[in-house]
Amino acid sequence: MTENILEVNDLKINFHTDNGAVQAIRDIYFNLEKGETLALVGESGSGKSVTTRTIMGLLAKNAEIERGSIQFKGKELIDLPENEFRSIRGSEIAMIFQDPMTSLDPTMKIGQQIAEPLIKHQGMGKKEAWDKALDMMNLVGIPNAKAHINDYPHQFSGGMRQRIVIAIALIDNPEVLIADEPTTALDVTIQAQILDLMKKIQRELGTSIIFITHDLGVVAGMADRVAVMYAGQIVEVGTIDEIYGFPQHPYTWGLLNSMPTTQTNKGSLEAIPGTPPDLLNPPVGDAFAPRNKYALAIDEKKQPPYFQLSPTHFAATWLLDEHAPEVVPPLTVQQRWAKYKQAHPEADKKQAKPVDASAILSR
Amino acid sequence: MSGMVKYVLKRLGIILLTLIIIISITFFLMKLMPGSPLANAERLSDTQRQVIEAQYGLDKPLIVQYWNYLVNALQFNFGNSFQFQNQPVSTLIAQRIGPSAQLGIQALVFGIVAGIGLGAAAAVHRNTKTDTFLSILAVLGVSIPSFVFAALLQYYVGLKLNWLPIAGWEGFKFTILPTIALGMQPMATAARFIRTEMVDVMGSDYIELARAKGLSSNDIVWRHTLRNSLIPLVTLIGPMAVNLMTGSVVIEKIFAIPGIGGQFVSSILTNDYPLIMGTTIVYSMMLMVVLLITDILYGLIDPRIRLAN
Repeated sequence: MTENILEVNDLKINFHTDNGAVQAIRDIYFNLEKGETLALVGESGSGKSVTTRTIMGLLAKNAEIERGSIQFKGKELIDLPENEFRSIRGSEIAMIFQDPMTSLDPTMKIGQQIAEPLIKHQGMGKKEAWDKALDMMNLVGIPNAKAHINDYPHQFSGGMRQRIVIAIALIDNPEVLIADEPTTALDVTIQAQILDLMKKIQRELGTSIIFITHDLGVVAGMADRVAVMYAGQIVEVGTIDEIYGFPQHPYTWGLLNSMPTTQTNKGSLEAIPGTPPDLLNPPVGDAFAPRNKYALAIDEKKQPPYFQLSPTHFAATWLLDEHAPEVVPPLTVQQRWAKYKQAHPEADKKQAKPVDASAILSR
Repeated sequence: MSGMVKYVLKRLGIILLTLIIIISITFFLMKLMPGSPLANAERLSDTQRQVIEAQYGLDKPLIVQYWNYLVNALQFNFGNSFQFQNQPVSTLIAQRIGPSAQLGIQALVFGIVAGIGLGAAAAVHRNTKTDTFLSILAVLGVSIPSFVFAALLQYYVGLKLNWLPIAGWEGFKFTILPTIALGMQPMATAARFIRTEMVDVMGSDYIELARAKGLSSNDIVWRHTLRNSLIPLVTLIGPMAVNLMTGSVVIEKIFAIPGIGGQFVSSILTNDYPLIMGTTIVYSMMLMVVLLITDILYGLIDPRIRLAN
């Protein structure tokens, strides 16, 4: 049993707008183990970024945390006074942002930008902090770092800037690193380099990573576990093998089915029809039901509980209920199941039992 | 650095060219003005007039007069004034430029510094009562002409409270009221500008990253927001300086300041050609030098421009 460095428990967050309260996060539970990478996957507006902004204590002013708790190493982060939160932010929990072209201060030398957290958190002198910044620039693979420490952001390419952003996040050796779509704004070859860099850093520093993305292809090579988010809820969570090999929620099927693989036949990529629900008035039942061709009658009326398939695998769908009719998932998913069952003969969705959501945490 | 020297030399060349064009246009416009530099011209006999005009070179064809003036001006010889006992124009301007320059610089510094402070305060407290109050103040500052402020300051601070002298120019105390009156407009302009810029910068990704670093809001404002907001303000200094130069003509009159502005007005009224030309050249030079300095300053504080050049 590994140690949980972060536990999110029954979190519910609303944004107050002129039109009413938008329920951005609706009762989510998840944990982050020491040294692992957890991917939060979902489309825009599913609540991925709000979740991580909450962990960073950087929510917008109109956000209200209705209930829930976030425990970081046993310490409650919700309602933590700002000055205490500040000493955690950028030091114990750090963040990598999406767009490296706009996340660096255009008028500050990058050496200073990287050294800043050390100077603030450790009270380190400028010289010492800059030396550490130089080491970090070397670690994240900025060539000839010594010659570039006095340069400004506009003198670097997008990929190099993202390395700088990563250096800023890592400079104070954080225990949790939140990467908010760190490769979305980069082109594909640079994406691969940045992902490799993050894996290398995790090996060397043992950082726990929350990796936010909407790209399941990126997740495959990166994460240990995946949490699939939809409309402010986690609809399925499991290890990378379980989510890719034995997916149960129709939304996860949709995501996997819309992702090209080497087996994909010409023209058979399928998009998920429709758009996510309006979270001003979230649907009563399963939020995905209107877009779900496998939806059952009960999906319209009642939210499904989590069904547990293995100690690590949970999915919130009525399809796993013992009274549910047998449905045939998309062909690509059938292929995945077949392959998974060869390696894991014990896997059987009929064994799934409804459990309380908090079971996700206690395993 | 040699790139910078080259740039400055190039700009100085352009300034010289611009100056020649300004001299040319002003010269001919000035000659189109009604009236004559000769006092009581109608009472002089033709012979007397011819003698005087010959003495001042006014009898030659316009184009020759123009050529002579240009050649002399380029050798820093601006001729003698007609109205002030034939004193050299350069001496007359030199005597008067001190107070004008002091007033202008003080007003600019006061306006910009106070404007940045008020603008930053409004941005930090955006969408609160403080912000609304400061915004109203800024709109008033931009729309009320400086001579109204001048009169109000003279009446309340000078006359009623008797804190500061109402007019004159005999020491720093005398400069305070005209500086404030003249500085109101740049202050309001700068405040509005800085507020908008800062609110803009505060929403940017790099400010969010600064927050994610765990910096305090003070650090974020001072180290990241303000600096990035000040850069575009530098472009405003040029136009502000122009406003101050024209504004100071009125303010000098109201506060009885022995500056270049009052002299300029009287030189136009009396058709004192050399003094009109001389003052025009000085105004244009000051303006172009201010613009040059702003551009250099812009390059110095914005690394993106510094290195791209």
